[in-house]
Amino acid sequence: MRRWFLLPARVWMALFFAAPMLIVAAYGFLTRGDYGGIEQPWTGESFTRLADPLYLAILWRSVWIALVSTLLCAVLGFPLALFIARAGRYRNLFLQLVMLPFWTSFLVRTYAWLFILRDTGLVNTVLAKLHLIRAPLPLLYNDGAVLTGLVYNYLPFFVLPAYAALERLDPALLEAAADLGARPGATLRRVVLPLAAPGIAAGSVLVFIPCLGAYLTPDLLGGGKSVMLGNLVQNQFTTARDWPFGSAISLVLMLLCGVLLAGMMRTRVAKELA
Amino acid sequence: MKAVLELRGVSKDYPGHRAVDSVSLSLERGGFYSLLGPSGCGKTTTLRMIAGFDEPSEGEVVLNGVAVNGSRPYERDVSTVFQNYALFPHLTALGNVEFGLRERGVADRRERALRALDLVQLTGKQDRRPAQLSGGEKQRVALARSLVLEPQLLLLDEPLAALDPALRKQMRAELKAMQRKTGITFLFVTHDQEEALSMSDRVAVMNRGRVEQFGTPEDVYLRPATRFVAGFLGPVNWFGEAGIRPESTRVSREAPLAAPGLRASVASSLFLGNCFHLHATLEDGRAIVAEVPREANHYREGETVWVHWDPADELRFSDPGQE
Repeated sequence: MRRWFLLPARVWMALFFAAPMLIVAAYGFLTRGDYGGIEQPWTGESFTRLADPLYLAILWRSVWIALVSTLLCAVLGFPLALFIARAGRYRNLFLQLVMLPFWTSFLVRTYAWLFILRDTGLVNTVLAKLHLIRAPLPLLYNDGAVLTGLVYNYLPFFVLPAYAALERLDPALLEAAADLGARPGATLRRVVLPLAAPGIAAGSVLVFIPCLGAYLTPDLLGGGKSVMLGNLVQNQFTTARDWPFGSAISLVLMLLCGVLLAGMMRTRVAKELA
Repeated sequence: MKAVLELRGVSKDYPGHRAVDSVSLSLERGGFYSLLGPSGCGKTTTLRMIAGFDEPSEGEVVLNGVAVNGSRPYERDVSTVFQNYALFPHLTALGNVEFGLRERGVADRRERALRALDLVQLTGKQDRRPAQLSGGEKQRVALARSLVLEPQLLLLDEPLAALDPALRKQMRAELKAMQRKTGITFLFVTHDQEEALSMSDRVAVMNRGRVEQFGTPEDVYLRPATRFVAGFLGPVNWFGEAGIRPESTRVSREAPLAAPGLRASVASSLFLGNCFHLHATLEDGRAIVAEVPREANHYREGETVWVHWDPADELRFSDPGQE
């Protein structure tokens, strides 16, 4: 009886995950059609094209932006998670507030940043009214705008697992550390961080992976100037009409994430065994 | 000799109730002390104020002649063995014991930590994680972690409560031996009067936030200051105003010649191995218990007997207190 429980999930995964993946993989090894689509013969040319310095630069940019976003989410999110974990009866309220942005669509939230960051936007208007600036600051259509958007959108994905790890932390351990002579900084470094490490790692992966493949945020806030892998994929399927190349980039992106996750699992498992 | 710890009129107020009510105590260096009382009597709160986790609402905590009110736990030369040990799960036994030494920047911390693990008989288990240790072993790591710092005062918060009964009895003797060996002053919090009596040089009996009596185990058991202390340290038979311990309560078929006596009917007799406990009912309906030597237990249930005692064994209270 129990083996049937997984049947709907299996059918779903086969139809909507495995099959499309296989199609993408196959497309990556075919030749582009003149008006999009794919044609025979089979070739590895799309993958060799990726070695072009132009594409390598985009790949590197994507990894770099995703890394910086993850780091910023950690720097902002960890203290926030710590604060919420210690907020007593207000915990649930703060958690709701962290999740509040999910009540509106990702697209709307990203557009909202346009209104905040543009030359006639909220920030520049306020600064100009206060006579702090003469000309509007270039806040939009650059890496800073993309990072702002990514950190804003993915911060909750860091905060929630970090909070879960901190919430499980026995307060007696903090007292024990202080009792043994550890000042708050030492307690954080030697007790809180090591014990929250799995949560921090999970949060980092949950932020890094979507940031690496981000498409909408660099498109809207980067204004096409700040191209990431996601934009490149989109471009290949639309304007460039090179489906095999788009598929190849997607595969490489997935491979990157897969390697990262596998590495993560290995260190976690290694840590458990030690 | 200067006291290692002095509590001067220490109180702790929480909204709506006073957990600790003007407690004054003075502990001399090198002694084994107990804070004994029922749950909720304020003994753990008292301990937490000494360690620095809680601040007194009134009064002074004086360590080594210096008032430490307001100083943080990491600034006090006091160490705590927590009820559930609070071992760091990500560190090995050795890592746990080294924790405090590392904060103090001790150079030969590994050697010292290994010696401390030897002292608590955990030789060879230094690389185990807390999850790989038994309850008794965790307890020993927690002890070693505190002892290795050679604190002025070691606070133990019901450290034996989580152990099984056989191990608990064994640990009593070990704790006492360890205290004597290290010469560190121990303050042991417990609700178990047997633990407090067997290990301590002096016992402070607490009730409703106050210390009702502070004395040697013999003092608090044989000469309780209040009815509460008498009752908390062991069973008492109340013959009017006279309180008599079961082991001082005599039973006989004949009326006593000089000693005060009352008639009672035997309800049951329970064999405890080394003696019998004879449960009997007085004529006014009150139940009493008498300890009867094994060879003298020839009473039948329902039989009417005389219960008597030596007036010298009557518990007298210097302070009427509250029951």
